[in-house]
Amino acid sequence: MTTMNMLQAINNALDIAMAENEKVICFGEDVGVFGGVFRATSHLQEKYGKARCFNTPLVEQGIIGFANGLAAQGAVPVAEIQFADYIFPAFDQIVNETAKFRYRSGDLFNVGGLTIRTPYGGGISGGLYHSQSPEAYFTHTPGLKVVVPRNPYQAKGLLLAAIRDPDPVLFLEPKRLYRAAVGDVPDDDYQLPIGEAEVVKEGNDITLVGWGAQMEVISKAAELADEQGIACEVIDLRSLLPWDVDTVAESVFKTGRMIVSHEAPLTGGFAGEIVATIQERCFLYLESPITRVTGLDTPFPLVLEKEYLPDHLKIFEAIRESVNF
Amino acid sequence: MMTQYVHQPSFMTGDEFSIETFCLLNPDGELYEGAKEPPLTREHARKLYQAMLATRILDERMMAAQRQGRLSFYMQCTGEEAAVVGATAALDDADMIMAQYREQGALMYRGFSIDEFMNQLFGNELDYGKGRQMPIHYGSRKLHYMTISSPLATQIPQATGYAYGQKLAGEGHCTLTFFGEGAASEGDFHAALNMASVHQVPVIFFCRNNGYAISTPATEQFAADGIAPRAFGYHMHVIRVDGNDALAVFEATRQARQIAVEQNQPVLIEAMSYRLAAHSSSDDPSGYRAKSEEEAWRVKDPLLRMQRWMAKKGWWSDEEEASQQETLRREVLETMKRAEKRPPPPLESLISDVYADVTPALQRQLDQLKRHIRRYPDAYPRGAQSLDLTLSSADDRQGEA
Repeated sequence: MTTMNMLQAINNALDIAMAENEKVICFGEDVGVFGGVFRATSHLQEKYGKARCFNTPLVEQGIIGFANGLAAQGAVPVAEIQFADYIFPAFDQIVNETAKFRYRSGDLFNVGGLTIRTPYGGGISGGLYHSQSPEAYFTHTPGLKVVVPRNPYQAKGLLLAAIRDPDPVLFLEPKRLYRAAVGDVPDDDYQLPIGEAEVVKEGNDITLVGWGAQMEVISKAAELADEQGIACEVIDLRSLLPWDVDTVAESVFKTGRMIVSHEAPLTGGFAGEIVATIQERCFLYLESPITRVTGLDTPFPLVLEKEYLPDHLKIFEAIRESVNF
Repeated sequence: MMTQYVHQPSFMTGDEFSIETFCLLNPDGELYEGAKEPPLTREHARKLYQAMLATRILDERMMAAQRQGRLSFYMQCTGEEAAVVGATAALDDADMIMAQYREQGALMYRGFSIDEFMNQLFGNELDYGKGRQMPIHYGSRKLHYMTISSPLATQIPQATGYAYGQKLAGEGHCTLTFFGEGAASEGDFHAALNMASVHQVPVIFFCRNNGYAISTPATEQFAADGIAPRAFGYHMHVIRVDGNDALAVFEATRQARQIAVEQNQPVLIEAMSYRLAAHSSSDDPSGYRAKSEEEAWRVKDPLLRMQRWMAKKGWWSDEEEASQQETLRREVLETMKRAEKRPPPPLESLISDVYADVTPALQRQLDQLKRHIRRYPDAYPRGAQSLDLTLSSADDRQGEA
């Protein structure tokens, strides 16, 4: 065990993957000698050479187009998009190409080796273009897997799983936690399952569902509720596509109440999908309406970021309303 | 590069450079004066020409079939056979080809059978793509021909990435990607060329400049002298070639391949040609171009030119031409009859290959669909074909929550 922050855990996972398999190749803007603007790829070029860890020109559609071709050739590319806010020039390559490569060729060709890493999320005074949570654009795309870790331990295990997964994975890294989240991480190679949620805390009164950086906020709200005698069950989805309906439904059968929280705007957010599915599965068990605590339906603000974000107090209020319904 | 300083402002447009067009054969199939025949054996030349001819005949027959309502959609390569087949013939058969959509000639050259073409066109149970894509979206792993994707230009940066993998693998292969002069306006084109130059990748960017992007003429696609000058901006080797001259295309691509594979350098080839047919079966060129323009290009037919050259060399005869045409037409018709009778892909193919393994959620969706089709089989004749309707709907509830 070593105490690591999330960046160190990600760097460690990349190091293990590159040491194990010479087909693993890391690239993106500033990824080479500098090790990425957040330093997730530090020292990888030094260790594995310029051919396997390098800078690309500043062109996201090119990075992912290149990555798709490289993966089709049989390599295992780990492409970095510097901020999730800048992933949109690559949207066509991801949605029309990455996601459909296997299907459209009848499995003659695939880009299953591809992992796209990108930092997402707010709370870092990043304003409109360094704060977005674009997960819902991609969860609407069959053929992709979408994975979000909540802490360093999860980041290492899920990233190693993503790199070795036979399908392309979009790996969203909560950048607010890059240095803020610190924890014990095993030095050895390990994987955590993609597609399985984790019950972080058990409780009988209400189910709280989230992912990524929002888990910290949700846990804080659960502590406040605990002080009021409300026992929350906290679930980290970890993987949004595919997502673990069974674990969430099991919990709601027990609690009869649920809140889903994410930073992204309310309308069309992934919470809507979870709510629709759970009401279908658990209709007769529900004690109160399922609610969502999310960002506003606006672009991400700057100065009023704190007001915009679905923080622990907003979630705590939603818990009280649900329990007192 | 050393910066040279001047003290009077001067602006440039690119007109300072002019790019010549490489050609070997005139329209009568004679070598131009001073032109040197490429290293092409009799057998190789015959294989090249026969693929051009087979492509022409497949296209004619299938367009006719589309007009008869037997096929939903079709796209012809007519007029551009020399560009496509000439380039393919200059590659190693294990080099990857990432085409746009009009390059069936490349597959023909590499030995894709008429059955294989037909199965894709009719989307039947034998189609490698499992009936998922519109006609002409062929793919073949064994022939190193990447499955076609409708979005334009997406294959160009993919070719850069694929070739980068080939370079690391060190087996001496390259990738050639085809695209039109219209697709070269997409951002993906520029991303691909820049990255290929920066990362020194063995890739050949082959632009078929056929004058039109559906109805938009090249003059409304770009202001510069075609696509070729763009290579300068990326410090890339470039050649412009007469796309209706199979020999010139062969030789340009052969030398481009040497640069790509031996020096790990990308090359841009701009082949000047003309789309003699409509963009697709859904298009009617009479709405945007004159018949006289088409007639002027018919005179430059790439098949006639190659045929005449081969006849002069004693490598091809009128009799062979007639009998080959007859054989090919018959084969296409017979194969078509077989292919259109084959059943569609099974219902299960709706959910396979989305992921490496079918997810439980997808299995549930399919089971639900099966129950529905059993209830209304007449409304879904294709799907019902692969279902055993005598089973009760309880039989495929596996996977249900």
